[in-house]
Amino acid sequence: MSTDTSTDNAASTEIAQGDSTDAAVRPRQRTAAGVFSGSVLPPLVLGGFVIAGWYGISYGLLDERRRFLLKPPHEVLAQGFLDWPTFSEMLSGLWSSTQVAMIGLVISIAIGFLFATVMSQAKTIERAVFPFMVTLQAIPILAIVPLISFWWGTGQRSRIIVCVIISLFPIIVNTLFGLQSAERGMHDLFTLHHADRVTRLRKLMFPAALPAIFAGLRISAGLSVIGAIVGDFFFGRGDVGIGQLLRRYANQLMGEELLAAVILSSALGVTVFMTFGWLQNIAIGKWHETSGGGA
Amino acid sequence: MTQVETDHHPRSTGESLAFRDIGMIFPDGTEAVRETSFSVAKGEFVTIVGPSGCGKSTLLKIASGLLEATSGEVEVDRDRLGYVFQDATLLPWRTVLGNVELLAELHGFDRDERRRLALEAIDTVGLAGFANHYPKSLSGGMKMRASLARTLTLKPPVFLFDEPFGAVDEITREHLNEETQRLFQSEGFAGLFITHSISEAVFMSTRVLVMSARPGRIVAEFDIPFPYPRSPELRFDPEFARLSGEVSHALRGSHS
Repeated sequence: MSTDTSTDNAASTEIAQGDSTDAAVRPRQRTAAGVFSGSVLPPLVLGGFVIAGWYGISYGLLDERRRFLLKPPHEVLAQGFLDWPTFSEMLSGLWSSTQVAMIGLVISIAIGFLFATVMSQAKTIERAVFPFMVTLQAIPILAIVPLISFWWGTGQRSRIIVCVIISLFPIIVNTLFGLQSAERGMHDLFTLHHADRVTRLRKLMFPAALPAIFAGLRISAGLSVIGAIVGDFFFGRGDVGIGQLLRRYANQLMGEELLAAVILSSALGVTVFMTFGWLQNIAIGKWHETSGGGA
Repeated sequence: MTQVETDHHPRSTGESLAFRDIGMIFPDGTEAVRETSFSVAKGEFVTIVGPSGCGKSTLLKIASGLLEATSGEVEVDRDRLGYVFQDATLLPWRTVLGNVELLAELHGFDRDERRRLALEAIDTVGLAGFANHYPKSLSGGMKMRASLARTLTLKPPVFLFDEPFGAVDEITREHLNEETQRLFQSEGFAGLFITHSISEAVFMSTRVLVMSARPGRIVAEFDIPFPYPRSPELRFDPEFARLSGEVSHALRGSHS
């Protein structure tokens, strides 16, 4: 009697397992149509609703006099993106800001790695430096804009400095966290075999830190773009960046151009974020447990 | 700060590793080990069984120099000491081959030499074909094999095992036990093994030591007379059961 039920149970579990494995396998066999309906269609549909809503606000909510507040999408497209003189002005502004962001990010990475590496070598150093890091991070950027222009003027150098101040902290914190993430047993292994400080850093701590470093880089890369645009906003000498353009379009009530510039700025942010996701996959995707998701 | 342990070469008594009156009191006042003396000779495989937290692992840390004993001395050649950790401690960013090459790399062997040693060791533990796999794609048992291979590359005359098979399932553990006693045969090292498992201890060892609860002391000692190589069927031998029973009895006694 009891044997019967158990066999039944076993049989039904088997069937259930068969079903579940089938179900688990199916979505992995991705066809082009499957990818389209799975991951391309939903954002497209949502994007359609957003554009419809946008039209609704432009024509329904705003009367003719106030329509400059939100120009309809086709006018933004026509005047912001398809009018070559305006668009090329924006592109060169975007390029200038990109350069500032990249230079700022490279400097942040250099300073960040240096600080994190030094801090990882002794708890005392970490304890001494950390409060100042937090303080630096906590200063509202607006509060030191006057100071920066006072010391370094209002040119590209000041923009880069803003960029560095904004993007430095996540790199230091994540790199330090990563350098400290190697397991105790691995450290013991290196100790047993008399590895010196540099070997330990190079062969154990630094590779172990890579996942955290990339997490920090993705945050900081996004912040460096924000830093470049914010810096642009305040320091207008020299090259005209996208931040300067945003400011000018807003002052002159050029709604179409303003929206186009905002869209371009966010496209830059997304591109940078995705680039670092892609780099992360190349660098650690092969071995890291949880990476491999891409951008 | 007293440097009492020495690491000069063992005496000519055939002892590869000797603990003499080792005592260990941690800075927080915990007495982990008390007056412990024993030695492991060449050709011996000694296993220490004892309750959790009795200071078994502490003894290995003292032997290897990761910890310094508060009293007593250790005699062992630390330059060529094999240490197999509780976890496989494989570097996840290196392939099996890269991981197995690590120790030779740290000891400054040249590229060809360490490649040769690593491939040989990988072959010995039965991981040929997995040399280019990353640890994340290996099972727990395979990771332990890779860890064993890594230690084998230096051909250490003394092997310390710190509960290495505690995390793998029963069948895998038995396979690894068979593998380990086979390695003990072929490589001829002196082994000191720490475990909770009585059958693991009796199956592999020439001698089993029972340690008491903290502070740990050796309270019983059993010679295991079975000849090597030992077959899996040994586990069903009445004599095996009798010895396991005796060890178990001593272990229970040490708990109270």
